[in-house]
Amino acid sequence: MGFLEWATSPWGQRVPIHIAWFLIWVAAIAGLLFLMVHASYVRYFAKRKEFAGSNSPLLAARIPEHVPRHSLTARLFHWIMAAAMFTLLFTAFLPKVGVQFDWVTYHWIAGSVLTVSILFHIIHASFFMDFWSIWPDSIDLRDAARRIRRFLGKPAPPPDRFAKYPLENKLYHGAIIAAGLSAIVTGVFMMFRVRTIFFPRNPYLFGDMTWGMMYVLHGLAGVGLIALIMVHVYFGLRPEKRPITKSMIFGSMSRDFYLQEHDPTRWPVETPSSSPKNSEGAEPEGLTDAG
Amino acid sequence: MAVIRDVMPAFDLFQPSSIADAQKLLQQHGADAWVMAGGLDSFDWLKDRIKRPKVLVDLSGIEELKGVRATSDGIEIGAMTTLTEVVNNPLVKQHYGLLAQGAELAASPQIRNQGTLGGNVTQDARCWYYRAGWPCYRAGGNICYADTPEGRNREHAILHADRCVAVNPSDSAPALIALDAKFVLRTPKGERIVDAENYFIGPEIDITRLHILQPGDLLTSIRIPSAWAGAKFYFEKVRDRNVWDFPLLNVASAMFVSNGSIERMRIAVNGAAARPLRLKAVEDAVRGKPANAATGEMAGKLAVQGAVPLQFNAYKIPLMRNLVKRAIGGVEEPTWAS
Repeated sequence: MGFLEWATSPWGQRVPIHIAWFLIWVAAIAGLLFLMVHASYVRYFAKRKEFAGSNSPLLAARIPEHVPRHSLTARLFHWIMAAAMFTLLFTAFLPKVGVQFDWVTYHWIAGSVLTVSILFHIIHASFFMDFWSIWPDSIDLRDAARRIRRFLGKPAPPPDRFAKYPLENKLYHGAIIAAGLSAIVTGVFMMFRVRTIFFPRNPYLFGDMTWGMMYVLHGLAGVGLIALIMVHVYFGLRPEKRPITKSMIFGSMSRDFYLQEHDPTRWPVETPSSSPKNSEGAEPEGLTDAG
Repeated sequence: MAVIRDVMPAFDLFQPSSIADAQKLLQQHGADAWVMAGGLDSFDWLKDRIKRPKVLVDLSGIEELKGVRATSDGIEIGAMTTLTEVVNNPLVKQHYGLLAQGAELAASPQIRNQGTLGGNVTQDARCWYYRAGWPCYRAGGNICYADTPEGRNREHAILHADRCVAVNPSDSAPALIALDAKFVLRTPKGERIVDAENYFIGPEIDITRLHILQPGDLLTSIRIPSAWAGAKFYFEKVRDRNVWDFPLLNVASAMFVSNGSIERMRIAVNGAAARPLRLKAVEDAVRGKPANAATGEMAGKLAVQGAVPLQFNAYKIPLMRNLVKRAIGGVEEPTWAS
């Protein structure tokens, strides 16, 4: 049982044609196992989160009741991307597990929507948001090491509170970038093999081997996204993560949750009464990241 | 490339004598089993080693699947009834001559003696790239060799192509659709009866099959209701040679005409897409109109709306237009005014 399906081209070349479809089930089961293990761990074994230091009452008093987290633009992008992603996954994999329908047209339309929305996100995130807020920094890595040591029962100081995004979020974002961009780039090329409104069909764009690898990469990215999206939805529904999920709907999170989980020095929040001139230099302010 | 070999590959041969036994075998072996009716499609696949089933279930010994029977509302034809028997059956000839015409134009007399109605409607595509064993979409791959600038696609689809451009080659299928036949299937979940037009599927639904049969399913009979018995029938098949050839296109219609006007009509074409196409828009458009050349012209134009020719099959568009026109207006009109 191989992970890839192979065929012999008319020129006698052994070429991959796509992934073996049992990988759909492997991804779904892997995602499900992760959820079960994580849920059991949180329910029975996890200790209460501990962070280093505490926020001063003066600072807390200056934080608005609703801390803005995601701008309307960012939220619209997220939900458009989510709709496109679900459409892509369902149209790609339901026919493979026996639910038959006219899926190709819906698939490339959803893929086109996703591609445009991702392009928008790249530009938006690069030039209009705090680009680096989603990438791991040295404090994340230091705190990750601390958390691992504490998890293993070894002595280590408690980690700092998170910046705007916890390290797990950042790593997840990296995985989504890898899988999503792989699926999108290969998917755009694969649109040359079907009739779309965008460009003339050209099955000779690449050789059989390159096309085969493209289908394989598209398939691997697709099944990877099954597991990744399952994990994402799971965390979005977990009780302790709901404030973050709600912020993706309403745009803000509560002051309590912000102070409990996030470090105002790493994720400064713009307050209505504050400005760089009256901040007394005690805390960096004025950076409202809408990512 | 495939090479026809004289020797059959090894497989387990089962020859059940009842539908129940056949069903058991098919369910037991699932996708490993190959269902063989007359064998005329099967033997090429097997000898060429393109399809390599582990198990072959030969239905030729099941008497329940053979013969034409009168029912309270028409006739029922066993799936293993040969095309010759269908053609010569008095009931079919008298009331459902459309099917007799279609079946009689299939292949050659020798093939019709062996080939069955069930096999004729369930046979696989004739695209030579597919049948040569190349890894095309229909074979589970990721390319259509026929839909390329240099691809040999003179016989291929002009309508509803979706990655694969192969066409359904059956001559009896459009006749059965025009007669509003029902296909009786035995599935692991029980008996299922589907309209003839819904028995066939295009590549947009499943690119590897031309019909809805899943592993474990069996087509047992075809019922033709009396609703269209004795209608004015028209069947025409266009092919490269006059015998032993698959259709480039065919058309089948059943029409009731009253005082020169079309009361109701069913019409289907095959060879234009991966499934035989019932032309519902045409049926609706001609209702109440005179059965003449003008109506036929209008219907012909309507029938080919949305057709997309490939490199070498643009001729199919006027051909289909004319076949539909002739099915409605008759063959007396020699000119096409457009």
